Amino acid sequence: MADAALNTGRPLLRVDGPLKVTGGAKYAAEYDAPDLVHGVIVPSSIARGRIVSVDTRAAQAFPGVLKIFTHENRPWGAHFSVFFKDPMGPPGKPFRPLLDGQVHFSGQPVALIVAESFEAARDAAALVRVSYHTEAHKTDLEKEAVHAYTPPRTRLGVPPTPKPTGDADRAFASSPVKVEATYRASPENHHPMELFASTVVWGADKTITVYDKTQSPKSVQIYLKAAFLLFGRRVRVVSPYVGGAFGLGLRPQQSVFLAMLAAKALKRSVRVVIPRDQMYTLGYRANAIQTVSLGADEDGHLHALKQEAIAATSQYEDAQDPMLFFSGLLYGCENVKLAYKLAKLDTISPCDMRAPGAATGMFALESAMDELAYATGRDPLDLRLENYIDYDQMEHRKMSSKALRDCYTQGADKFGWSARTAAPRSMRDGRDLIGWGMATGIWDAALSPLPARATVTLTADNRLEVTTSVTDIGTGTYTILSQLAADAMQLPMDRVTTRLGDSSLPYNPTQGGSWTASTAGSAVQAACEKLKDKLLKHSHRTDQASLTSDPSVEFVTLLNVAGKARMEATATITNLPFGKKFTSATHSAVFVEVRIDEELGAIRVTRVVSAIAAGRILNPLTAQSQIRGAAIMAIGKALHEDAASDHNLGRCMAHSFADYHIPSNADVFDLEVIFVKELDTEVSPIGTKGLGEIGSVAVAPAIANAVFHATGYRVRELPITIDRLLPGLPL
Amino acid sequence: MILTQDSTQIEVTIHVNGTPHAVKTDPCVTLLDLLRDHLQLTGSKKGCDHGQCGACTVLLDGKRVNSCLVLAISREGSSVTTIEGLGSIANLHPLQSAFIRHDALQCGYCTPGQICSAIGLMLEGHAKSHDEIREGMSGNLCRCGAYIGIVEAIEDVMESESSREENR
Repeated sequence: MADAALNTGRPLLRVDGPLKVTGGAKYAAEYDAPDLVHGVIVPSSIARGRIVSVDTRAAQAFPGVLKIFTHENRPWGAHFSVFFKDPMGPPGKPFRPLLDGQVHFSGQPVALIVAESFEAARDAAALVRVSYHTEAHKTDLEKEAVHAYTPPRTRLGVPPTPKPTGDADRAFASSPVKVEATYRASPENHHPMELFASTVVWGADKTITVYDKTQSPKSVQIYLKAAFLLFGRRVRVVSPYVGGAFGLGLRPQQSVFLAMLAAKALKRSVRVVIPRDQMYTLGYRANAIQTVSLGADEDGHLHALKQEAIAATSQYEDAQDPMLFFSGLLYGCENVKLAYKLAKLDTISPCDMRAPGAATGMFALESAMDELAYATGRDPLDLRLENYIDYDQMEHRKMSSKALRDCYTQGADKFGWSARTAAPRSMRDGRDLIGWGMATGIWDAALSPLPARATVTLTADNRLEVTTSVTDIGTGTYTILSQLAADAMQLPMDRVTTRLGDSSLPYNPTQGGSWTASTAGSAVQAACEKLKDKLLKHSHRTDQASLTSDPSVEFVTLLNVAGKARMEATATITNLPFGKKFTSATHSAVFVEVRIDEELGAIRVTRVVSAIAAGRILNPLTAQSQIRGAAIMAIGKALHEDAASDHNLGRCMAHSFADYHIPSNADVFDLEVIFVKELDTEVSPIGTKGLGEIGSVAVAPAIANAVFHATGYRVRELPITIDRLLPGLPL
Repeated sequence: MILTQDSTQIEVTIHVNGTPHAVKTDPCVTLLDLLRDHLQLTGSKKGCDHGQCGACTVLLDGKRVNSCLVLAISREGSSVTTIEGLGSIANLHPLQSAFIRHDALQCGYCTPGQICSAIGLMLEGHAKSHDEIREGMSGNLCRCGAYIGIVEAIEDVMESESSREENR
């Protein structure tokens, strides 16, 4: 295989680039339809209570308004049955827009205005008057943490928190060096640049085409058919281009539900776009309060590791993520105790956001490790090397590969870590305090928990088409699947076309979890192998071995010999959860320089080196972009992003990008990515581990540790805003 | 600009990518919505509708603007260049190819606005250094975090343009 790798492993340009730079790539709200009408949501203004009445008279009289849907007049659908389950959701009862008069969170849709124009729907929405019977709400995690509970049912697809090993309480009590601290992380919002949107095209011929912003067209299709009882109709969900999602598109969103509800009732094509201010109430990364207790000997050798997390969830679901799943995997320690709990708030359910759980859990653990380094007088990198392990001590399994040590050494080398002076406030440049910090990152390397299929079709003009239903949300999936197929079929890249993001294509569960490259890639490669076998069989060639090892062979000649115009093959990849001999993970070591204006407290992340071990890298160019982008998002988590609520109103205070800062160009300085060599023949059939999350995990703790090194003041709460740092900058 | 029979609708003529378009529209329709919903030029993107993200950036009479903050009827007779007017797949604008070369995009949603904004930035002529480009491009948000490639692509085109001028 390696000999034939003419395309994989090379920094080939993104195949969807030309369409995207010319404005030709179309997103969900950009498909037109005859007599298209527009839906705009009216959000609730209270966090908890009951709707007493909805006065729609003024809105209904507004020119252009067709219909106003509320809980009082919405048509019945299976979705409103108490038996309906959202297959993608965590344990609990999914939120159902317009089900009844109960208000579960501020910003909940209480009406949908449908009008002939977007402007009319938007303006009429402002005229709807809702009166509520208000109940006392609970949105403050600090207050609700006392009611925290261990979720009784685990969420499908999320690994359970590992069981304790040894006796962490006793080991901690008897450790000569102890670090114990509580860390807080604020809620964050995903904010992909594309607004969530759905255009439902109501066809006269019993077909319904749904252009939706989702990570999984197939999930949305299955959901819509079941929720709206559309079994007699052909429902096709199309999402060839998705303007970012970062987890918010894992579940069917309010936009697609309400657009379908209105389309079915009106028998017309409907578009619903969620405006930016309402994107704060589609889902969020759970805020969490975590306590980490590390017990070690004087050398920093760990004897006890305890971590307890209390994360926010909604009143109606037990949203869960792997916040502590990785905490026992990084460092050798015989006594580990992890406790993951939830506390219910009157908010929408949290929703997976890039490196869900891990980015928050690792912030706490890696901050505590930094505190241990100072408590023992060890260099933070040396401390991690001191405690390095190369096996899974929680499950007593080997790792399929773990090149984390190379991440440490190559990253430190590139960064110049050895020039760091240990004492806080010891590196200064004029009025800037300089801090160097580092942290370790880890994320699951796995195939999708559900089977995935891909089809490849070779045609007589020597073109290959690759199809699978999964989306490319900016991840580079189009490009890497084309590269894999081109190599497998010994074709140049321009002979391969990949089609994605369409529920009518072979089933592939979802883009997400860092699964897609491994899952879809393995399916594509397996389909290519099947196609080659088929071609050899149909062309009655017996010299298979020489054909498949000869890179000059054109498989199209076999197609011609077989007398066929086209031939296709489909393969399915399954991920069986039992009998695993190995634990697989991606790893990272991230080194960060911050510069802090001592008088103003302004923090700049002036240098990042992110060293990544993620198995085989299919495309170093798109892979680098993944890691850079994740690091930049994590700068937001570390320094800027706080979807804080006003607990008097029970509502997120941010309503726009003016009051919720996501990193801009000026926030990004030098950011270098290293992919260390890591050969892994067990993790996936194609040796890849996935890159979507790992670039994010270690960045926020590395920044927090650098801030401590710069100032000598430990901020244990993200984001590290100026007001939180100010007590550490005495003038 | 003339008031039409339907008193809420106003006719406005705007030249888009060199083609005059006479459109009857409500006074509250933004230039962005006119482009996207009325002219089906969906290359200009809506990311916030508040002039905060830059996804809707177009060139209005040669200057970069957030088209979501411009009411269409207020720009009678103006010339608008959108991403569709800069180049085509067969004939890419140098900045469009530089964006591909430097992988200055991922999901692609902010990309048309980034490119139009970068052209506006170059036309303004203020940004000379790496840091000035970063500052001058900070009105265009990219959640995928393609900023490094974006700045590299702009520098690439600025360098080749200045070397072309020197050779002249």
